[in-house]
Amino acid sequence: MKKLLASAAFAIAAMTGTAQADGHANYPDRPIMMMVSYGAGGATDFQARIVTMTAGNEDALGMPIAIINKPGAGGRVGWNWLAGQADADGYTLGAYNVPHFIAQSIKGGVDYSTDSFEPIANWGADPAVFVVAADSEFNSMADVVAFATENPGKLTFSGAGLFVGHHIAALQLEKEAGVKLAYIPNKKGGAGAMKAVIASEVMGGVNNLSDAFRAQQAGTVKILGVFDLERNEFLPDVPTMKEQGFDIDNASVNFRGVMVPKGTPQAVIDKLAMTVPEMFKNGRVAGKMKAGGSPMHIMNREEVQAMWAKRQETLTTLLEGL
Amino acid sequence: MEFLAWFGPVFEPVAFLLLLGGTIGGLILGATPGLSPTMAVALLIPFTFHLQPVQGLILLGSAYTSTVAGGAVSAILLKIPGAPANIATTLDGHTMAKAGQGKRALQLSFLASLFGGVFGVLLLIFLTPVLASWALKFGPSESFWIAILGVTIIGTLGGGSVIKGLLAGCIGLWLSTIGFDDILGTQRFIFHSSLGGGINIIAALIGLFAIPQVISMFAKGRSTTSMDVIDVRPHPIKEAIRELGQSRLALTIGTAVGSIIGLIPGVGGQIAGLVAYDQTRNFSKDRAKFGSGHPEGIIAAESANNAMVGPSLVPLLTLSIPGSPTAAVLLGGLIIHGIFPGPNIFLYHSNVVWPFINSMLIGQFLMCIFGLLIAGYAARIARVPPYAMAAVVLALAVFGSYSVQNSMNDVYVMFVLGVAMYFLERYGYSAAPLVLGLILGPIAEGSFVEGAMIANAQNGIFQYFFTGGLNLVLIAIVVASIGYSVWLELRMKRHEAKV
Repeated sequence: MKKLLASAAFAIAAMTGTAQADGHANYPDRPIMMMVSYGAGGATDFQARIVTMTAGNEDALGMPIAIINKPGAGGRVGWNWLAGQADADGYTLGAYNVPHFIAQSIKGGVDYSTDSFEPIANWGADPAVFVVAADSEFNSMADVVAFATENPGKLTFSGAGLFVGHHIAALQLEKEAGVKLAYIPNKKGGAGAMKAVIASEVMGGVNNLSDAFRAQQAGTVKILGVFDLERNEFLPDVPTMKEQGFDIDNASVNFRGVMVPKGTPQAVIDKLAMTVPEMFKNGRVAGKMKAGGSPMHIMNREEVQAMWAKRQETLTTLLEGL
Repeated sequence: MEFLAWFGPVFEPVAFLLLLGGTIGGLILGATPGLSPTMAVALLIPFTFHLQPVQGLILLGSAYTSTVAGGAVSAILLKIPGAPANIATTLDGHTMAKAGQGKRALQLSFLASLFGGVFGVLLLIFLTPVLASWALKFGPSESFWIAILGVTIIGTLGGGSVIKGLLAGCIGLWLSTIGFDDILGTQRFIFHSSLGGGINIIAALIGLFAIPQVISMFAKGRSTTSMDVIDVRPHPIKEAIRELGQSRLALTIGTAVGSIIGLIPGVGGQIAGLVAYDQTRNFSKDRAKFGSGHPEGIIAAESANNAMVGPSLVPLLTLSIPGSPTAAVLLGGLIIHGIFPGPNIFLYHSNVVWPFINSMLIGQFLMCIFGLLIAGYAARIARVPPYAMAAVVLALAVFGSYSVQNSMNDVYVMFVLGVAMYFLERYGYSAAPLVLGLILGPIAEGSFVEGAMIANAQNGIFQYFFTGGLNLVLIAIVVASIGYSVWLELRMKRHEAKV
């Protein structure tokens, strides 16, 4: 027994010794924490839990990822914390929501911008869609725009809040259709905005494709258009905005992924950037995501960097003067 | 009657063990300050990844049921409401426990929970289609009036002076505006960066109720004279059942109010207990006894907050609209197993949904049985010397407020509010109206802002908020509620003048 203990102690000493010598070669050697800036049970939270559930596998990071929620103020609380207070040692990751955090940083009043974080990989893309109640008179975006043209400022439609994907989609629609609409941000987020549509409190709404898909399955809403470049596999029959004559790109698509605070060692970033996208490709992860109606979209670090830069540009123009 | 055919899966070994575990664990989690039903369910969701859908949902459902009831334990014994739903329980429950009748208070609370809870689940089983369309009628203007109805009971809640109650309520309303505004993203009253997320209700709840207690307990512990050892009196269950039978009014009002309020999306169980408490007091013959350890107070509050559990799932299951924060977390739990709630859920997923609902029915009974079993032992807490108790409560308060969002900021907020409350209490202010203000502020403001935006795009604010059948009914109740308390106040004055 004593011998065993002694050799175990020696082994540990040897391991820590090499870890110091090689810098971050043994990263990660303890569990990792990932901050989600929305509450437990929300879409971002439960997707984050699914995509990280295989982190402990030997072919992934070999260490589990624990989710820590820091909700508040539409994500601002958590991202402020990640940018300002979190340790940049590779053991603190964060989940990002684009365009939310970029739009918030352009609007101001927060301690972060795209320069405060280093992207690692993207796991999901939830496009915005335009929904109306199942018994609505509107059957296409043309109907909606025709009504709005005749009644400027009278078409009420809900969304999850200001400076989130839904709001961006609303702004794009107003700009491209050349109409004035009444966007009603909902305090209770996407679920509250959807309820407003189903209960006919508003005439329509912008909402997440995943939630709208479920509501459509339940027979409570009609989906009139997708704010994305292409049609979505969940909704092959719903045309994009572009197909319906509005020049709207994917700037409002809600991208979700993993990032780390600026200052995290390059070796750690490289290791994560190499491993994490592969981890997202795990079959069990894909199965759970599909069962939950959550569209996956895996992107590597370079692709996310390019996407962030493009969003920064589009959103700065779109939010000018607001 | 289809549900009767689906009791079998609940009694399969694994499912029943999960039901037992969820119930017992839920009682313990619920009794821990800071671990609200929402948190408990959220924490359990990752475990359900590895279970079959039915098993996972049985675990979540039983935990939801019993955490709501478990919250009464700390409300009664420690005067710390486990969740906002249990605030009203502290008013009479803790007073009773302080008089050595903790066991009686716990028994009444669990029995009332059972009654309300079973009624709520039966509503869910039999009336779901009817109730679902009714729940949708509550839009921004109706939610606004419900919140205003809540405001009307603020003044009388403290038990003391109406003016002081209203002032405390206003402080609560003001505190609720702190932080980034959820709709416009503007910053309000952010004196310190830790307030960016606003004041978390659970952290505030713990601070406002626990810290003044801790301070006075430490003060008591130092003085040698007043080391009062409370004699914990035994109380047979038969006696508690008899008392429950005598309090039919409290039980009826509590259950009815809880069921109705639980159904309304967004308002939810946070105020069900308080509204039921207030209404029962208004109609009770023993109005003056409320607040001094009156059984009706406990029965009304606890039957209401458990009656809300069943109906709060109606909009979730049939319309995929989560009516409460806990229901929102449960929605995640359903979706993760590929079950999309909607009008056809009982058609396509009857093999999962019925056992889930049935397990909540059986869970109510298990919750009550285990609750009654521990009541006697738990009540002995009252015999712990004040200084030791203070240390335990302090530790629980720090743990509870930290665990809400894993943030030290909440712990600081909890301490600051708690110390302030200690001094306010010395001047006759009480915590309940303050917390109610904190809860109602965001509901009233959010629904008003949303309603006003819709109204401005359409026919104007007056028409939006003051027309429509449900609006008028609610306005009438608000006016009646104010009128009734004014009348009572006047009558009491005249009575005093005569004496």
